[in-house]
Amino acid sequence: MNGDEACCEGAIAAGCRFFGGYPITPATEVAERMSRRLPEVGGIYIQMEDEMASMAAILGASWGGMKAMTSTSGPGFSLMMENLGLGYCTETPCVVCDVQRAGPSTGLPTLVAQGDMMQARWGAHGHYETIAVAPASPQEMFDFTVRAFNLSEQYRLPVLIMADEVVGHMNERVVIPPEDQIQVKNRKKPKKTADQYLPYHPDPDGVAPMANFGDGFRMHVTGLTHDERGYPVMDAATQEQMVARLVNKIRDHADQIMSYDAVAMDDAEVAVVAYGISARSARRAVAEARSRGLRAGLIKLNTVWPFPEKMIRDLAGRVRAMIMPELNLGQMVLEVERAAAGRCLVRLVSHAGGTIIRPATILQALESARKEA
Amino acid sequence: MSTKKEKPALPHPHDELLRTDRIPHIWCTGCGIGTVFGCVLSAIQKLEIPLDDVAMVSGIGCSGRMAGYLKLDSFHTTHGRAIPFATGLKLARPQSRVIVASGDGDLLAIGGNHFIHAARRNMDLTVICVNNFNYGMTGGQLGPSTPFGARTTTSASGCSEEPFNFCALAAACGAVYVARWTSLHIRRLTSSITEAMNKRGFSFVEVLTPCPTSFGRHNKMRKPLELLKFYHERAVIRNNIDPKEATLDFKKNLVVGKFVDIERPTFLDNYQLMVRGGLGDWPNLEPRSAGEESSRQECLLP
Repeated sequence: MNGDEACCEGAIAAGCRFFGGYPITPATEVAERMSRRLPEVGGIYIQMEDEMASMAAILGASWGGMKAMTSTSGPGFSLMMENLGLGYCTETPCVVCDVQRAGPSTGLPTLVAQGDMMQARWGAHGHYETIAVAPASPQEMFDFTVRAFNLSEQYRLPVLIMADEVVGHMNERVVIPPEDQIQVKNRKKPKKTADQYLPYHPDPDGVAPMANFGDGFRMHVTGLTHDERGYPVMDAATQEQMVARLVNKIRDHADQIMSYDAVAMDDAEVAVVAYGISARSARRAVAEARSRGLRAGLIKLNTVWPFPEKMIRDLAGRVRAMIMPELNLGQMVLEVERAAAGRCLVRLVSHAGGTIIRPATILQALESARKEA
Repeated sequence: MSTKKEKPALPHPHDELLRTDRIPHIWCTGCGIGTVFGCVLSAIQKLEIPLDDVAMVSGIGCSGRMAGYLKLDSFHTTHGRAIPFATGLKLARPQSRVIVASGDGDLLAIGGNHFIHAARRNMDLTVICVNNFNYGMTGGQLGPSTPFGARTTTSASGCSEEPFNFCALAAACGAVYVARWTSLHIRRLTSSITEAMNKRGFSFVEVLTPCPTSFGRHNKMRKPLELLKFYHERAVIRNNIDPKEATLDFKKNLVVGKFVDIERPTFLDNYQLMVRGGLGDWPNLEPRSAGEESSRQECLLP
């Protein structure tokens, strides 16, 4: 199956039963498959009037007690920013899959890019932390979608799947494990009685148990700055407390959230740091470099936000150079440079999207970086 | 000397539904939202349904603050997005009654697209629109309801745009229940909200309310009583007329009443029918067998 379809199967395996969507290339196949699959498992598919509505609907469904998801691409992702912010502020578990295409604006609707990486991090206004995964194959579209739902339920926030057109449309074999071998996490329920329950009072892990609509807790949920009761409070102290908690519940667990694969890294002098489709080109380039006697390795980022700062900082002390291939003119490489802090050479291999980065281009960069560093 | 008032000996009948720890509310003297809110509370009490099955969703603005004072599950969302949020909430928990309570600008300017599509789908929501003819919270700017020629802070020489007739719009989009009252029609408004909440499908209740602080101030009706009197003198009840004829002519009369009360399958009725394969083959849509016909009948029952 293709990556978009594998994403749907991952969602359903993770317990997703609500999809609010709007068709957009190259994410349409996600909506199409969900419209067929959800009724089979007792779920609801609704095609909303636009992406603002899709995003709002999945937040509503999540508070109604269903695991919920939407999918989109660049222009639609821009429209979702408003209610993504509501999701972060109200701590609503849900999943958004962005099958990236080239922008800005309508850009190249049918062609690949990785240009929404910083939008994923900072697109909604105000300060918050997010979690984003970056699948590089249909199998990872399945696996990472399951994980995206689990993370969203565990940490109570919208989790982003930063896919791309090639991964979304690529057909490959996908192994779906038996149900009992798929780990599914659900949001913590309140253990207190309704009169004692404070909807935004966190447990020691920084995450507050979540009551669903109808559970009898009669809570108030608002996008205004709110206190532990969920009541709006318009002052700097409450703002500080709320935003710090939204940020720290992710930062404090960055090590558990972070996931990456290290390929041939034991003795590597030069490392490619890559994510999504560009990591597949990188894998080929690294294999080729090794066959030519170059001690190259690959760090494939499976999660991109929160950025694995510590891991990259340590790595920068061990290798001579890092190469980052990405389909934009330099987004995640800024994070790599920041974390490396000048301890090794950092080189960007990129173009603005429309086609993948060829392994030969990365290989060339590996060879010249080895000479330079 | 303490300025704290003593707790009254007898509780107010609405206390069980109010977040009394959030009172006083933010609404200005002479504002009609409190009255509308009171009518919503009375309607909920009259229905005698399990209170855990009632939710209120609102958007942004003065009217959007209603959700924050209701001691039930209540959601204060983003500007214009109350209806799609409520759509998700309702579909995830179909046994519930979901009220959307918000202002005219929120529901019909920034949220206009969501409004017309929810009505088209006959989403089972009760939408209460507090129409004060301007954006009150931000100081009184023109909105989709501002009467032609009325002054606001963004139409200092008079509004040069024509307003919507919200009731006609709702009916044209497929709403199954449409009514309009002023915030002076307390009994009629309460019973309309009750009917609307009992109605399966997209029901719409518009309430004309005074906003002396913002709308009144710019239109020589600064005193709350003047505005109330103005509504009182001009409101004319004309039940069951075509809502297209239910015009708001501020020189002559403001037509109020119940305009639409019809039956139509809801989104979920038809969705369940589709899931069971009961929609037939377009364009004939005749059930394919006797078995399917009976399932269609059963599904369409309220």
